[in-house]
Amino acid sequence: MFHETAASMTYSLNFAAVWRSFDLLLEGLALSLGLAFVAILIGCVIGLVTAFGLVSGRALLRKPAGLYVTVIRNTPILVLVLFSYFALPELGVRLGKIESFVATLAIYSGAYLAEVFRGGLIAIPPGQREAGLAIGLTEMQIRTSIIIPLMLRSVLPSLGSTMISLFKDTSLAAAIAVPELTFEARKINVETFRVIETWIVASCLYVATCSLLAALMRAAERRLAVPR
Amino acid sequence: MTNLLEIRDLHKRYGTVEVLKGVDCSMRQGEVISIIGSSGSGKTTMLRCINMLEEFQGGTIAIDGQEIGYETAGGARRRKPEREIARQRALTGMAFQQFNLFPHMTAAANVMLGLVKVKKMSRDEAMVLAEKWLDRVGLLSRKDHYPGQLSGGQQQRVAIARAIAMNPKLMLFDEVTSALDPELVNEVLQVIKGLAEDGMSMLIVTHEMRFAYEVSSRVIFMNQGRIGEEGDPREMFLKPKTERLAEFLKTSTFN
Repeated sequence: MFHETAASMTYSLNFAAVWRSFDLLLEGLALSLGLAFVAILIGCVIGLVTAFGLVSGRALLRKPAGLYVTVIRNTPILVLVLFSYFALPELGVRLGKIESFVATLAIYSGAYLAEVFRGGLIAIPPGQREAGLAIGLTEMQIRTSIIIPLMLRSVLPSLGSTMISLFKDTSLAAAIAVPELTFEARKINVETFRVIETWIVASCLYVATCSLLAALMRAAERRLAVPR
Repeated sequence: MTNLLEIRDLHKRYGTVEVLKGVDCSMRQGEVISIIGSSGSGKTTMLRCINMLEEFQGGTIAIDGQEIGYETAGGARRRKPEREIARQRALTGMAFQQFNLFPHMTAAANVMLGLVKVKKMSRDEAMVLAEKWLDRVGLLSRKDHYPGQLSGGQQQRVAIARAIAMNPKLMLFDEVTSALDPELVNEVLQVIKGLAEDGMSMLIVTHEMRFAYEVSSRVIFMNQGRIGEEGDPREMFLKPKTERLAEFLKTSTFN
């Protein structure tokens, strides 16, 4: 016990070994961003369609949308990741590691984004739709020209934090050996024994990337803000 | 010659509550009809049935002879396809109590949206018309302003321009001054008066009795889901025939 404490107190930081493998971390980060980008993009489409289902007057649309959101949001994403990669092949659905993870994250983010979008949809006064109907627009034209642009503006702040959350969830791909940032960090950790340095650097990369994403979202908010 | 608007035995229910209990009304091209009555009498609901913002369960509404919203085939009454209803809605223009301008679009873009999406005009053609109508309501200089940068009265004038630019056969005004500060009411009423002078056919739901008196060729008094009385504004306001109208006029401000 005493011995262990003494050992950790004499741990001296040495980042050199981590810097030598820094390009691996950057490659991992690039893959993390790629996974997140594709998954969130698909998730936005799923989320948008689901959100319209959630606010629909028709039970035939509303019920399945609600079921999807309930099931996915109440299952830990790690469970979903392991299920898609290990259980689905048993059911005949065989995907590569990366495809399996992207599909899982897309379905997972779809459920979260659906709730974000739904919040924006119900905040739009019904008069907006009625004004669109009154000039002869179809429901679809009203959605694309009025409802979605207004909804996106109102959800941008929460959309930003959801996207950051989803980006960080890419670290779970390490569980199925997708070589993203966390996986690479663990590998470097094992190879160099520089535990603290490796995880400090990996954390810094996550923080820097998330801060950048947050700044981009704030810029988008400013750009899309309606003058008043 | 067919009437511009022909409403026959219009019935409308919300669940079990009947709000329109058989309304008949016909209107000729160029008429300006004000609809007055206490709140809950069904005047706004009637207006909203004409452009199918409300469904109705019985009766027919026809504009220029074409039946709005529903068709009857083999004794069964069916809602028309949505695309057809959207096309029919463009026969009328509507201005709302709450203006309902699209807040993320400039005044000009608000007017242009229907022209581009529904009338399939090019953006240039639409802009010419948008400028013409914004000029007409006195707001050409505000064409690049967003609704949030305009006063209530200005917003309502843009909303009227947006409706009129679509060249509707009939304009529906739904208590367009009720949400405005008193000092902004007049600028909106002047715009409507100008349209009346141009011969625009208009149905105006209003609480502005003086305005109804001055601008209307006919006044309809709605009472508990039916037309209580209708006629020439001078006779209606000065010599009401029914007890209900006399009472209603007594409690409304006439200024």
